[in-house]
Amino acid sequence: MNLAYRDIRHSLGRFLLTCVGLGLLLGVVLAMIGIYRGLVVDALTIARAPAIDLWIVEASTRGPFAEASRIPGDTREAIARIAGVESAGSITYQTAEAEHQGRKLRLYVIGHEPTRPGGPPPLLDGRGIGQSHFELVADRASGLVLGDRVPFGRSTFTVVGRTINNVNSGGDPAVYMTLADAQKLQFDLSPSASRVQRARGATPAGRDTVNAVVARLKPHASPEGVAETVRRWKHLSAITQEAQEAILSQSLVDRARRQIGLFTSLLLVVSAVIIALIIYTMTMEKLKQIATLKLIGAPDRTIVAMIVQQAMALGFIGFFTGALLILNIKDYFPRRVILEPDNVLALGAVVFIVCLLSSGLGVRAALRVDPATALGG
Amino acid sequence: MSEAIAQLVRVDRISKHFGEGETRVDALREVSLEVHPREVVALLGPSGSGKTTLLNVIGCILDASSGSMDLDGERVIENGSWQRRDLRKLRLDKIGFIFQSHNLLPFLDATDNIAIVLQLAGADSKAARRRALELLDYLEVGNRGTSMPATLSGGEAQRVAIARALANKPRIILADEPTAALDSKRAGIVMDLLRKLANEQNASIIAVTHDEKIFDRFDRMFYLRDGRLESS
Repeated sequence: MNLAYRDIRHSLGRFLLTCVGLGLLLGVVLAMIGIYRGLVVDALTIARAPAIDLWIVEASTRGPFAEASRIPGDTREAIARIAGVESAGSITYQTAEAEHQGRKLRLYVIGHEPTRPGGPPPLLDGRGIGQSHFELVADRASGLVLGDRVPFGRSTFTVVGRTINNVNSGGDPAVYMTLADAQKLQFDLSPSASRVQRARGATPAGRDTVNAVVARLKPHASPEGVAETVRRWKHLSAITQEAQEAILSQSLVDRARRQIGLFTSLLLVVSAVIIALIIYTMTMEKLKQIATLKLIGAPDRTIVAMIVQQAMALGFIGFFTGALLILNIKDYFPRRVILEPDNVLALGAVVFIVCLLSSGLGVRAALRVDPATALGG
Repeated sequence: MSEAIAQLVRVDRISKHFGEGETRVDALREVSLEVHPREVVALLGPSGSGKTTLLNVIGCILDASSGSMDLDGERVIENGSWQRRDLRKLRLDKIGFIFQSHNLLPFLDATDNIAIVLQLAGADSKAARRRALELLDYLEVGNRGTSMPATLSGGEAQRVAIARALANKPRIILADEPTAALDSKRAGIVMDLLRKLANEQNASIIAVTHDEKIFDRFDRMFYLRDGRLESS
């Protein structure tokens, strides 16, 4: 006769409500873990998208993500000629706002040379940029669909392709356009500002500037070796892909990552305390019954099993409720929530351990109950 | 009561005190009594006189400070020390408890409240339920076998509690105010039932009670005052 099951069945509604409450709490913990993972992955997505080996940026900077970087547009040709470099492409990054169907879109605009490294990852649908101007590849998170027309600066762009899960560390969806369009958007002055500059006699600034050059190396070339060659030019700096990812995860999103990490840890502690309190309260409510069980000859293991099994049932039903909830609503979060199986399993293991430890409190209270309590003193 | 029948309960100069020095309370002072098979006896006395303490000692829930005790011919306490290590098993095998408030487990139906005692003693589930149903029939509540305790009347619940106390055929039944929660009519029925059990199962029944309306149902009454047995 399983006493834990019988007791749960007797007050099933109350037990399930407790499980749902705990499930919501564990769901929040899972969501925080997912947001934490999403933040890290998002931060690396843009840097990983071009699938390159080396970043060439302005000297003494850790650009183009962690710090601003501007280098001449013709740097690409010089880089492409270095031994070990298979191909190179110029690239620009900027955050821009555009208005589409009455709403503001905050987008991360990436300018690239369509036939060279630096372009978007494999597309969700549509095609890559085929014309020199006024075409966009946008991420699905922007809400744009194929054929949408989006005004940027003084030009209007047509969405010809879409990517998925391609956002920057701030969560802004990426849009890809040609390098020329991006440079025009980034560096061209508005007509009135341009007129003022001409009236002042100022020479119009050249727009052939890029934020970085990205290079894909030949199979056996050493990224560090090529980077060392680039660094000999004093006006340039080179960062390997590995180092770029380290900069992004350790520097750019480090504070946000730690903030979420700390909050997640706090939530886990709160969950542990709540689980312990629930199990302890459940046990305290049954002290008279436990005393009766002891009096009629129930061994301690029967009583311990009842408490531990209930704690486990509570933890697992709560955990699966929370996991199911988050897996079903994670796509509605404004930022990406990534739940890897190992994260979910790790939380499951934590819940298992917490339940086991928490039931220890209840077991301790139960084992101290004097059977004479059942007789009324 | 025939002298040829050995006593089921023999308490010999049992004392029990709590605390030491100025805080010492003597709950039992050299109490001696014997209860024979088929006897239904009462422990009487004012509050704090030691009735429940004595019941707890006989029920092997509480140790004694000094004295000896035999249950069903087995020495259980010698000079204030337990002679058995496994008191749980002793209780399971030899003693049945009937409580003031029935103390049925609320999450088990009437049958399972009885069957659990049998299962704890090692019976398999089917046999335990069969015996539980027999007991319920015997106590004339066979029709309430699947009822949860909360749906039973006071009298029915007390009968189920008595059935539970009898499940392992104990020879000693200890009852703590068994009729306190019942009206006169039902109290009489419960006492008749206890008498019947004592006779049919050759058992001894020791009940703590304040209930004057059932005093005439006992073979003997032990009166306790300040931890001393004054009369019987």
